[in-house]
Amino acid sequence: MYVAVKGGARAIENAHAWLAEERRGDPGVAELSVAQIRGQLTLAVDRVMAEGSLYDPDLAALAIKQARGDLIEAIFLIRAYRTTLPRFGAAYPVDTGAMACDRRISATFKDLPGGQVLGPTFDYTHRLLDFKLAAEGETPPAARAEPDPAAMPRVTEFLNQEGLIQGEAHIDTSPPDLTREPLEFPACRALRQQALTRGDEGFVLGMAYSTQRGYGRNHPFVGELRVGTCSVEMEIPELGFAIEIGEVELTECETVNQFAGSKTEAAQFTRGYGLVFGHGERKAISMALVDRALRWRELGEDDSGAPAQDEEFVLQHADNIQATGFLEHIKLPHYVDFQSEVELVRKLRAAVREAPDD
Amino acid sequence: MAKDAENAARRRWMGVLAKARPDRLAACVAALGPEPAHHWLRPPEVGAVMLRGRMGGTGAPFNLGEMTVTRCALRLADGTVGHGHVQGRDRQHARQAALIDALMQGARAPEVEAAVLAPLEAEAAGARRNRAAKAAATKVEFFTMVRGED
Repeated sequence: MYVAVKGGARAIENAHAWLAEERRGDPGVAELSVAQIRGQLTLAVDRVMAEGSLYDPDLAALAIKQARGDLIEAIFLIRAYRTTLPRFGAAYPVDTGAMACDRRISATFKDLPGGQVLGPTFDYTHRLLDFKLAAEGETPPAARAEPDPAAMPRVTEFLNQEGLIQGEAHIDTSPPDLTREPLEFPACRALRQQALTRGDEGFVLGMAYSTQRGYGRNHPFVGELRVGTCSVEMEIPELGFAIEIGEVELTECETVNQFAGSKTEAAQFTRGYGLVFGHGERKAISMALVDRALRWRELGEDDSGAPAQDEEFVLQHADNIQATGFLEHIKLPHYVDFQSEVELVRKLRAAVREAPDD
Repeated sequence: MAKDAENAARRRWMGVLAKARPDRLAACVAALGPEPAHHWLRPPEVGAVMLRGRMGGTGAPFNLGEMTVTRCALRLADGTVGHGHVQGRDRQHARQAALIDALMQGARAPEVEAAVLAPLEAEAAGARRNRAAKAAATKVEFFTMVRGED
């Protein structure tokens, strides 16, 4: 059997040139700059950083431009770039309690210290197309008010003071890293969280939604959702002390879930936790719900057989780059594989034809 | 004790330099006049730092994803060593941060403080205040028919 192994080079080159032309679009329309994408498509940039697992808004914006707005393709570009970078080390865990909040809401306490701060939200908009945006115009400045110097304590802390919610053990072990060692099951919560925070938003959303619809129900309340900026601090060995090396925007969601308890142990709320790069509320809430669902074993709950409780199912399918890599590879040439299948079908058919009638 | 105070001061300015916008740092450094001669101990190198979060915000750590960082180290003619560790991939940002770190350890510290660190810090504080003011304007004031404390 003859298989052509060469001959596509010119076609590929021309395809890529056409791709570049299509990316540019109508030359009569101004070209989109990376700075415009970074500054005006910020939530797309945030998603690419979160799922690309690399915080660098300029690179994410470039990837979005190069990918013609295909965010999974952009995430792929960021993941590939990420592998070329030497790892300088790990920063201290971010202190989200000290976050400079743009937004902070609680669905469990109306009058909480620090208040309900809505921030730049789509909530309460009517989801009607705004045709004013189709015309260029000035944006009126946002209102300003005197900031409240009081701190914004965590909602879970109030509950914790009364012992109403399970505590989180403050330990400082170095967590395992799924980008360095292959994922093995059962995975610890730290590995699950790493997989979820870089997981596909649509997949994690679907899993979270399934728990709300009854497949591994865990009765979540959004105790607190906060969006804002946190400093990144890292120990520098040459200096012998830690310095701030930058700051990142993060979205954090803490859910308060139904109780665990027994005859001997007083009932307590349980918790789910989500933390993602950038402004990504849907993702952070989804992550918290799935985190909580996956904790069934340590919380002594039953495995109801729900997909969201199956960590192998969730973690093995949450990564959109792994998924799209395997899915899309089937469109690449499989001529030889297919030829062998054709041969097989022909043989089977011939065998039926030649078999003597009963 | 003196060493601790020195480290705290250095911690502060290295943080200001790391978080400064590269173009603003460059403008402030230009105001200092010609850059002093220096040679590389480690030329600027772009890499990644793994960021971490804590479960429930306060519990055990987990890996959140990486961040791009550029670092370098240089030595001035008088032997002072400056380090730069800055967010992003801007080599000039890291170089100028290291340069200012070195200058802040010498006799020119007051001048550098006034021309570079003070303005950068003021700008950062201004930007923070501005965002906090916009957030404050979106704080919900619930209407209550009877207030408990009245």
